[in-house]
Amino acid sequence: MIRARALTKAYPAKPSGELLAVAGIDLDVAPGESFGILGANGAGKSTTMRMIGATLQRTSGELTILGRDPIHEGPLIRAHLGVVPQQDTLDTDLTVRENLLTYGRYFGLPRSQLRPRIEELLDFTQLQDKRDAKVDSLSGGMKRRLTIARSLINEPSMLLLDEPTTGLDPQARHILWDRLFHLRETGVTLILTTHYMDEAEQLCERLVVMDDGRIVAEGAPAELIRRYSSREVVEVRFGAQRNAEVVPHLQGIGDRLELLPDRILIYTDTGESDLQEIVARGHMPITALVRRASLEDVFLRLTGRSLEDA
Amino acid sequence: MSISAPPSFRVAEYRLRNMWKWRNAIIAFGLGNPVLYLVSIGLGVGTLINANSPDGVEGVPYLVFLAPALLAIAAIQAGQDEVAFPTLSGFIWQRLFVGMRATSLTGGQIADGVLLAAFVRILFTTLTYWLVLWLFGAVDAGSALPLITVSTFAGLCWGGLTLALTARVTDEGGYIALMWRLVIMPMFLFSGTFYPLTNLPIALQWIGWISPLWHATELGRWLSYGAPLPVWQATISIGYLAALGLAGLLLGRRFFEGRLTT
Repeated sequence: MIRARALTKAYPAKPSGELLAVAGIDLDVAPGESFGILGANGAGKSTTMRMIGATLQRTSGELTILGRDPIHEGPLIRAHLGVVPQQDTLDTDLTVRENLLTYGRYFGLPRSQLRPRIEELLDFTQLQDKRDAKVDSLSGGMKRRLTIARSLINEPSMLLLDEPTTGLDPQARHILWDRLFHLRETGVTLILTTHYMDEAEQLCERLVVMDDGRIVAEGAPAELIRRYSSREVVEVRFGAQRNAEVVPHLQGIGDRLELLPDRILIYTDTGESDLQEIVARGHMPITALVRRASLEDVFLRLTGRSLEDA
Repeated sequence: MSISAPPSFRVAEYRLRNMWKWRNAIIAFGLGNPVLYLVSIGLGVGTLINANSPDGVEGVPYLVFLAPALLAIAAIQAGQDEVAFPTLSGFIWQRLFVGMRATSLTGGQIADGVLLAAFVRILFTTLTYWLVLWLFGAVDAGSALPLITVSTFAGLCWGGLTLALTARVTDEGGYIALMWRLVIMPMFLFSGTFYPLTNLPIALQWIGWISPLWHATELGRWLSYGAPLPVWQATISIGYLAALGLAGLLLGRRFFEGRLTT
């Protein structure tokens, strides 16, 4: 579905020179795969996504989408893509149903074909009872669902989702994930960017971690966690002032130790006994938590930054 | 509409559907605007002028003299509105063009579609305006086809120009107001609209010469009541309007595609 080699996007930068938003990445995505691009803001995720969506021309490198080069066959590629942009671009003058109809017409699809398709999509995104509502009256989560319904109007073989749940409340995010999970099961190829680790773990079979325009790691979520992190993580807090003071006294506990502004992370395979050891050494944390390692830890390890702060 | 229609038709279809939502306002403006102008200036000012010069202006009653100019400016305003607002909305307010460009449409097709829909609005505006002029006795029935054609053409050309101008606006802050105050209004006032351009001091006549409105008005007066117009001047006027419109459209297509792919 996607093949990229040394894909690069450079923007002219002041005062001189250029800014490499995407600095030579290689990607391969197979049909039916759900593939994630993980990274902090400004890592180059959206730029990559727009090049894949054939709405932004690459500066150099190779790129084929659905077997075609977007420079020469953009419209043909886009006819088979569904795009969920980071910011909604719904028509607020129109109703839910009219938005879907209008969008389908942009692809040149006949009304007779669109009518049943719209009903299916309203059912699928659970917007049936909002069909005649103006877009302005919808909640954020409903708008996102409408944008997803809209992106599916042309029965795309590949769906591009740029930070699909950013800004949504947890309940709305879970509804959205559930719908995307269903889509995944129907064989649609999903490409998604996110800076939410839980989202990537839920939805992506395989992902790349981007940092500063480059791919710094690639693999299945579990595989990445295995490769870059221990099995468990102990999080202890001694108070913002004391965390740094305590660190030297914790040497020898766990495989690796990370000091963050608000907490200390200890990477280990034996969380519970390590926590007991900390207490046994006479350091009583204000709060303590033993958890399984997540992609968050992978990201921290690879980029030296926490995704939340990034 | 079949699947084989040009892609720009799909954009025009969307624009017309959106316009349909505003149909009451469009119809009210389409009829109200000419009625107000004709009553206040055509009849009011006209009575004053006709009383002072029994032969009227250029040998015709003032209302007849004024009518082609009013028709042309109405067409130009319709072109301005129906291109500028959707373009700003498409790029800035609702960012609808971003969504459109993610489909199989190209930036050029989006530009074409916006102008195509504006053409429908311009045609509607000139039709209703002409009808009101005819009811007021300002034009002959026989002038319908040539007069509506030339005014619609002028409006369309102005629309093309507006397409290119508006596509470059990145922050709408005052753009519309600026266009009105610095372009449309001066054009309205100094294009031989209310009196022959030759009444102006020669130092100001150039405003008319570069004004699409003046060219459209000269053509209109010739077609309406046979005001003298040399063939060379008519040719220049048509060519000038066409050149502005075409340049605007070609640049507009490029600007649209460029803005949606960077």
